[in-house]
Amino acid sequence: MTALTDTTHPPRKPRSRVWRKLRANPSALLGAVLVGFFTLIAVLAPVLPLPGPMETDWMAVRKAPSGAHLLGTDEIGRDVLARMVWGAQASLLAGVVSVAIALAIGIPLGVAAGYARGWTDAVISRGTEALLAAPFLILAIALAAFLGPSLSNAMIAIGLSAMPVFVRLARGQTMSVMTEDYVESARAVGLGHMAIIWRYILPNIFPPLLVQATLTVATAIIAEASLSFLGLGQQPPAPSWGSMLNVAKNFLEQAPWMALWPGIAIFLVVLGFNLLGDGLRDALDPRDS
Amino acid sequence: MIGFLIRRLLIAIPTILLISVFVFALQKLLPGDPVLAMAGEERDPAVLEFLREKYHLNDPLHRQYLSWIGGAVQGDLGVSLRTQQPVLTLIGEKLPVTIQLAVMALIIALVIGVPTGVISAYRKGSLIDWGANLVALSGLSIPNFWLGIMLILLVSVKWGLLPASGYVPLSEDPLQSIRTMIMPAFVLGTGLAATLMRHTRSAMLGVLRSDYVRTARAKGLSERVVVIKHALRNALVPIVTVTTLLFGELLAGAVLTEQIFTIPGFGKLVVDAVFNRDYAVVQGIVLCTAVAFIAMNILADAIYRILNPRMRDEQ
Amino acid sequence: MARIRTAALALAMSLAATGTFAADLRIGLQEDPDILDPDQSRTFVGRIVYASMCDKLVDITPELEIIPQLATGWEWSADGMALTMTLRQGATFHDGEPFNAAAVAANIERSQTMPESRRKSELTSIASTEIVDDYTIKFNLTAPDATLLAQLADRAGMMVAPKAAAEAGVDFGLNPVCSGPFKFKERVQQDRIVLEKFAEYWNADAYHFDTVTFLPIPDTTVRLANLRAGDLDMLERLAATDLASAKADAGLKVEQAVSLGYQGITINLANGERAKNPLGENKLVRQALSLAIDRDVINQVVFEGAFAPGNQPFPPNSPWYDAKYPVQPRDVEAAKAKLKEAGLDSVDIEFQVANNPVQMQMMQVVQAMAAEAGINITLTAKEFATLLKDQTAGDYVASQVGWSGRVDPDGNLHQFVTCKGGINDAKFCDPAVDAALETARTTTDTAARKAAYDAAQDVLMEELPLIYLYHQTWIWALNDKLSGFVPYPDGMIRLQGVSATE
Repeated sequence: MTALTDTTHPPRKPRSRVWRKLRANPSALLGAVLVGFFTLIAVLAPVLPLPGPMETDWMAVRKAPSGAHLLGTDEIGRDVLARMVWGAQASLLAGVVSVAIALAIGIPLGVAAGYARGWTDAVISRGTEALLAAPFLILAIALAAFLGPSLSNAMIAIGLSAMPVFVRLARGQTMSVMTEDYVESARAVGLGHMAIIWRYILPNIFPPLLVQATLTVATAIIAEASLSFLGLGQQPPAPSWGSMLNVAKNFLEQAPWMALWPGIAIFLVVLGFNLLGDGLRDALDPRDS
Repeated sequence: MIGFLIRRLLIAIPTILLISVFVFALQKLLPGDPVLAMAGEERDPAVLEFLREKYHLNDPLHRQYLSWIGGAVQGDLGVSLRTQQPVLTLIGEKLPVTIQLAVMALIIALVIGVPTGVISAYRKGSLIDWGANLVALSGLSIPNFWLGIMLILLVSVKWGLLPASGYVPLSEDPLQSIRTMIMPAFVLGTGLAATLMRHTRSAMLGVLRSDYVRTARAKGLSERVVVIKHALRNALVPIVTVTTLLFGELLAGAVLTEQIFTIPGFGKLVVDAVFNRDYAVVQGIVLCTAVAFIAMNILADAIYRILNPRMRDEQ
Repeated sequence: MARIRTAALALAMSLAATGTFAADLRIGLQEDPDILDPDQSRTFVGRIVYASMCDKLVDITPELEIIPQLATGWEWSADGMALTMTLRQGATFHDGEPFNAAAVAANIERSQTMPESRRKSELTSIASTEIVDDYTIKFNLTAPDATLLAQLADRAGMMVAPKAAAEAGVDFGLNPVCSGPFKFKERVQQDRIVLEKFAEYWNADAYHFDTVTFLPIPDTTVRLANLRAGDLDMLERLAATDLASAKADAGLKVEQAVSLGYQGITINLANGERAKNPLGENKLVRQALSLAIDRDVINQVVFEGAFAPGNQPFPPNSPWYDAKYPVQPRDVEAAKAKLKEAGLDSVDIEFQVANNPVQMQMMQVVQAMAAEAGINITLTAKEFATLLKDQTAGDYVASQVGWSGRVDPDGNLHQFVTCKGGINDAKFCDPAVDAALETARTTTDTAARKAAYDAAQDVLMEELPLIYLYHQTWIWALNDKLSGFVPYPDGMIRLQGVSATE
């Protein structure tokens, strides 16, 4: 049994080489730094020496950036920097959790479709196609409206809307892995379905899914911001970059900084995930080694 | 080819039915009573009940669905609860607006995306390539709606150069029409330009490595001719396909763009309808977009087959 | 060459000419109106369009006095059981159908019997109509109704062309035919509504535009930017936060009027299980909440001081305001004392609020203030439709809602606080209030009505089923070239006498 595993194991790329390629890629590094920076801020939010994100000050309503408030204050005198920092938590959480939801539902369905073929595949594929045909944002808006506006519901809505892509990817990858010799041999030896999926399929479809997941986190963060911007995501007074923008658009003339910072933050963190995802793709690409 | 099309169309039918069920279910699950949502301040129970009866909102769900889908097949998508206008008329009214926005955005995206992609591929690994890539990724990373707000703030509010909102039909006043549409089209186009640039680049990279480009070079043709005539022409196949597929992204992007620039198109119609619980409108629009989306997918495949003879022989 | 120059000159002159006469007046609206049928319509913004398109039997002055429009005079019978109106001669509908007593009778019947009609509750007191002669109509009432004239000054009194209405049925709103100074030309939903001048209007000389175009632009910043750029000539509901910058702009002018409506907090007193909480059960807690709120600070922080702080269903400048209960200053200590009296140190309350930024901002200010008195508010933002549904169903503890206001004081109070009131979501019920408001409704004597409202206030200010917070101010911003605009507290735009000068 051990011998079999050894001889039939797919030619996986040594992890160190992937890592080396990633490190040699300045764009990917920049991405990692951006993602790391915002993650750090989000995690450290409770201990940073900042005013509370919901602390109001009637005497300082919509004040421009200054020594007292580095990024200014908002429409009811809250510190924008503090809200930005706490907003990072909401945004990153929204990105990661919704992708996790998409993966948790998408991978089993995709693998099942690609592995079992036949009717299972037909049903799952038609369903996926139907979901893919409804525009992503419209679907998310309708779902978020249906579930009721809140951050967690926005995550569910985004996760469900992003799910079909993963089904499709997992299915395609599974089907291509299935044609490989080592799966054939595993079958020939009489290995159970679950064992084959667990040992041979999942590890091999993982890299492209990881790349797609990283890139989808970027999309999900923008989607959360969009939903919050429409009033369907994070609910006040809790901060999120999207809901901050939603309010800020009413004060564009009087307090442009309120709209400036959240937008820049979304841009940077999304750019970070995109750079990182691209880097991962390049590093995992067997073609140009 | 015809066999292929028929097969694809047949497969599309269950998909569309599935979408219709899905959309219908989603709408029915939305909390909030559409009749009450419309009532606003004035809530006369007798009138509300009459309206519920009139729009069959009290019927069992399956009967509501069957009468809706039955009408849809005959081209009747019902009327807007809010204004009594037939949904199909509304869609017909909004379609040209969104198409104009989408086409202008696509032109902007093509003009920016394709040349940068070509240059970037040709100079692979250079500083230009790296820079172009970074700019493209930035384009993908900027939230559309934020870019829109910022442009309104600068271009319209601060400098007063372009109108901040509105829509003038192209047929009424072409110049003003383009003036009102250029900013939203730019906002919508940036993300697409980035996608196109990246696809063009990778397609060009593949082609530039190929044998016949090497042959063309060996024949002593000038670099210009090699890149533009031989390489780009071949790279066009995937570019055209991607462009067709971008349709979906365009529609989704249009939702927020139209909301921000107050453009009376498809996207604004659907968002307002979701908020007003105007069931018939939401259902009609999502169904129509889904059908259009599937049609574009089939079209993309067909184009791909026509442009790429190798595919024709397979299957 | 000379010819080209002449042509260019002619072109320039013709361009200048269209500019001078300002043939088109472009008005920015905050929302897209719903269906344009006075009997079916529900939105405030729709009424702004009607003000130019559909004449009513009577109109109001900025001081809320009833004045003639399609009816030139009226007379109450001695027992208050009949109202006889003399109608304007020579008025016609936009399609040429003459306006007369038969048309009025048809209109009242349509409002009362059309199943889709939203006007039924406004006209319940009319038992029958009697065509006395071509230009005299008599309304026989079921009971004396002091509010009837005010109803006839709004949508219930709008006259639509009977034949056109009968032919179009429910779809009348797609192509409305009225008798106002402008007639319907076209509508593109969410984009524009265009009206054109009705040349045969009885007072056509007082209107100075060939067409009026209404453009719904929800975003206030964008609406103002359009006005500044000259793409709009005027806009309604300028955000209070934009007031200062609009005033500072030499090219613009600003007009204001305190509205007839209010914004406040409706509290669930007896509407189902969720009423069982300290706020719903104990008036002391409600009094504490009211005392904890600084209405002036709300006005300053959220509305730049442009609105009117309030504590009653009528704004302080209204003749119906009860001066015995002025807007009280904030008193945190008194609020704490009230809580203590109720046997509580602190109390947790869930508030529902519509998820629009302004209401959210306002409630966050209230939240912060109440916290200092030991009242901990959690805000649940809901879409307006859901909020109303939950409120009607009693699935709420406290709800931040407003009312756009009515000309007659009855419209701001009766249906909210009488035991059988149609929108009494608090399920407040008090015989003394019912009696007082019934008297106010059936007496035409103003002093007696005022006394009745004051009597109701004595109970309401103590029990606080609704805590009133402020009264919105309507703010219009206009291009400086426009003159003659008169602000009305009902928020309508009346174009009579409005003209553009170069």
